[in-house]
Amino acid sequence: MAADTSEAADSEFGRVSRTKDTAFRLLALAATLVGIVSLAALLANVSVDAVGWLDWDFLTSPPHPDPYEAGFLPALVGSIAIMLLIALITFPLGVGAAIYLEEYAGDGYLTKFIELNIANLAGVPSVVYGLLGLGLFVTLLDLGYGTIFVAAFTVALLILPIVIISAQEAIRSVPDSQRQASYGMGATKWQTIRNVVLPRAMPGIMTGTILALGRAIGETAPLIMIAAPTTVFGVPNSFLSKVSAMPLQIYNWSSYPETEFQYGVVAAGVVTLLVVLLSINSVAILIRNRYQQDGS
Amino acid sequence: MSQPDFSHDGARTARGTAFRYLFMLCALLSILTTVAIVATLLVDAVDFFSDVSFVEFLTGTRWSPTNEPVSFGVLPLISGTLVITVGAALVALPIGLLTAIYLSEYASERQRSYLKPALEVLAGVPTVVYGYFALVYVTPALDAFLPLSTFNALSASIMVGIMIIPMVSSISEDAMSAVPDSLRQASYGLGATKFTVSTSVVVPAALSGIFSSFILALSRAIGETMIVAIAAGQTPRLIDVTDPAGLFLNSIQTMTAAMVQIGTGDLVGQGPAYKSLFAVGLTLFVITFVMNLISEFVASRYREVYR
Amino acid sequence: MARETTASLPTGVSRRTLLAAAGVGLSSSLAGCSSVFAAEDDQVNIAGSSTVFPVTEAIGSAFSEEHPTVNVSISKTGTGGGFGNFFCAGRTDVNNASREIADAEIDQCGNNDITPLEFTVATDALTVVVNPEADWIDCLTVEELREIWRADGAERWSDINEDWPDEELELYGAATTSGTFDYFNEAVLGEDINHKSDYYATERDRTIVQGVQGSEYAMGYFGFSYYSENPDSIKAVSIDDGNGCVEPSTETAMSGEYTPLSRPLFIYVAKESLADSAVRDFARFYMERAATDLVSDVGYVPITEDQRDENLERLEEQVAEVNG
Repeated sequence: MAADTSEAADSEFGRVSRTKDTAFRLLALAATLVGIVSLAALLANVSVDAVGWLDWDFLTSPPHPDPYEAGFLPALVGSIAIMLLIALITFPLGVGAAIYLEEYAGDGYLTKFIELNIANLAGVPSVVYGLLGLGLFVTLLDLGYGTIFVAAFTVALLILPIVIISAQEAIRSVPDSQRQASYGMGATKWQTIRNVVLPRAMPGIMTGTILALGRAIGETAPLIMIAAPTTVFGVPNSFLSKVSAMPLQIYNWSSYPETEFQYGVVAAGVVTLLVVLLSINSVAILIRNRYQQDGS
Repeated sequence: MSQPDFSHDGARTARGTAFRYLFMLCALLSILTTVAIVATLLVDAVDFFSDVSFVEFLTGTRWSPTNEPVSFGVLPLISGTLVITVGAALVALPIGLLTAIYLSEYASERQRSYLKPALEVLAGVPTVVYGYFALVYVTPALDAFLPLSTFNALSASIMVGIMIIPMVSSISEDAMSAVPDSLRQASYGLGATKFTVSTSVVVPAALSGIFSSFILALSRAIGETMIVAIAAGQTPRLIDVTDPAGLFLNSIQTMTAAMVQIGTGDLVGQGPAYKSLFAVGLTLFVITFVMNLISEFVASRYREVYR
Repeated sequence: MARETTASLPTGVSRRTLLAAAGVGLSSSLAGCSSVFAAEDDQVNIAGSSTVFPVTEAIGSAFSEEHPTVNVSISKTGTGGGFGNFFCAGRTDVNNASREIADAEIDQCGNNDITPLEFTVATDALTVVVNPEADWIDCLTVEELREIWRADGAERWSDINEDWPDEELELYGAATTSGTFDYFNEAVLGEDINHKSDYYATERDRTIVQGVQGSEYAMGYFGFSYYSENPDSIKAVSIDDGNGCVEPSTETAMSGEYTPLSRPLFIYVAKESLADSAVRDFARFYMERAATDLVSDVGYVPITEDQRDENLERLEEQVAEVNG
């Protein structure tokens, strides 16, 4: 539509720039797709490799030095247990911080400082959080090493900034008119938050938290630093059990020299991890879609 | 507790105040986290620097924490990190920028609703999976036409690049969407094509946002651990300007990979070798922290301009 | 819009449920504290060397099949990290070690009333092999070996020794992903010298044997345990580390004569942990199985039966002391 006017005036110029325009459009589209397509190709590869390895036995057996008997059960259960505890830790803390920043705090220096600090924490490399976990939880507080408890607290600190930021966005998207209406009916600030703001922001908060949990379940470097066991043979039975996790087990297996591990067992582990991750994310998307339709 | 109670004003205010402080505590926890990170790193790093001089650490050109003669020059590790970051940038910056332009200027609402979540998936794949992909699929594939080592900077940096594409594209797209439509309309009115509008109007107007996305993405690449630990190798190597290709084709070692090696590997004994883990960690923290600050600063400027 | 708000009140309720769940979760985890301390006997915690890890993993796997109620956990922390952060701090029962415990570490253990007990559990040995037809070579010095395997090193046999044939070296070695590669690199080349990249790298010892069998001018290296099972088809080269040529054998590897291509691997057991029946059972099981195929299956040389008996005897003495 833009070229219409210039075409009449200078058809030569119009044609050249239209060709260029189309070429650029295609280039940009190709760029958009290149990452997605490469990932799809890699996923196809790993899925094919996992065929024959990813079976019921794999999901229900402990790890084993023989690739044909190696299983994923302790790591699978461990990852899910860590994730549930992370959810219990980050949800109240993250929502609390977001409520404070959005509803209570003014625009003062303290607020700005806290927000800048949170943005920075979101960018700290995960391996550094691992050192924090090692220094704080394992050595200083002596909470034990490699337990569900320590692993969850370490990774929870890592995803807390992401949870806070997404909860803030969800709270910010609640229209101010609704708060005013609540105040107008004589409600206090806390009543307004509890009865008006939180219910409306909840789908957004849940979505953000669940997506952050997806990030948490794939984290490996912090677990290495807090010396989470690369191998456990039993399923954890309390929050203080030593626990391995799916990404850690995958990392361990990927260093085994046998081809059966490299292309078979690890592929099965990767597919399992991705399927769990995908299920978590689809829950988030389901929540979002459902409430988006209800709300509008 | 379950029903709003309008009769006891005093209790109400007290509870409101209690919640206010409770929530404030949650927010202050983030500051506590930062303090704890700095303190943990400093305690052991200071210990390390009592054995190894600060200058030697920062300017030394050999990283050999265990093999005699031991040497703790961090420059080879910084070199390795730089190689990975440059490689990732060559992949992610142009692709991410073009993606942002496509999403913001060309794509229909419907296309956007498919493409954006698909791109987010790239950032959501666990890094250990990317590392595995680099080692068992990408390296053998590239090895067919390049003289690659089993562990090499090339496939690791390609994977890191793919991982950070969505960081570049989503923040850049936000900045481009914030460019007022009036600027575009004025340009179309002068007979410009979409190409011209995108490259000469939208991109320059969104430049600070784009710049901020670049820095943030590169900071992520610097801190990336698992991909490089699995696929890039464990050979500390200084940048050799005369042989740039050799850097990418061979094994290198980044700061993060060195940390994993010290944290798990068998080559390291006690004393300064182990404590160097925290000195390297501190270096990494400072570098990424400064980059994040710059990115925040630049981003806050573009927010002020158009909001 | 305002009505919608009231309609979504149930969400507020579920939020309270969630908070309640958080409370329950926290308190149950605290309750879990006491229950786990009570069940501590069922836990065997191991950290330390990544080199010893495969042996401990194999034996741990077999152990937990026989003792399904005992939870064995193995972390890779490196020998030093394992002693410093975990074993000597009283957090683990067993430490995998690819070297002997250092004096500073013994002191640290002593300060925390931990008595480390050393047991040799396997020997890590590499064998350099050539074709049986290669009659010009029986022994190599470490320098010659380094010259052959380093990047930009010798390319022909005659580059090493003028009397040897003017033929190209055909090299078969471990894949860079393997522990064998790491060890060869460390022992022969050191950190500053890179391993040659133009050699045939494989994860399979069998392929190396086939390659070396097939060519008169080939050379390869792999774990000793595999050579000991195929001694006829290929020829092992003796290694001279400055004290004359030493032939690779189980005896020379374990006596420490066969340097630098052999080293003993240890586990350290905390004497105090032997009071736990689970750790006691695990240590006994480990000593018994260290003399079996479980060890050679992961590429190391098992200990002899004499050594096993000596280990077991020492273990029982300590067990008796702790429980007596």
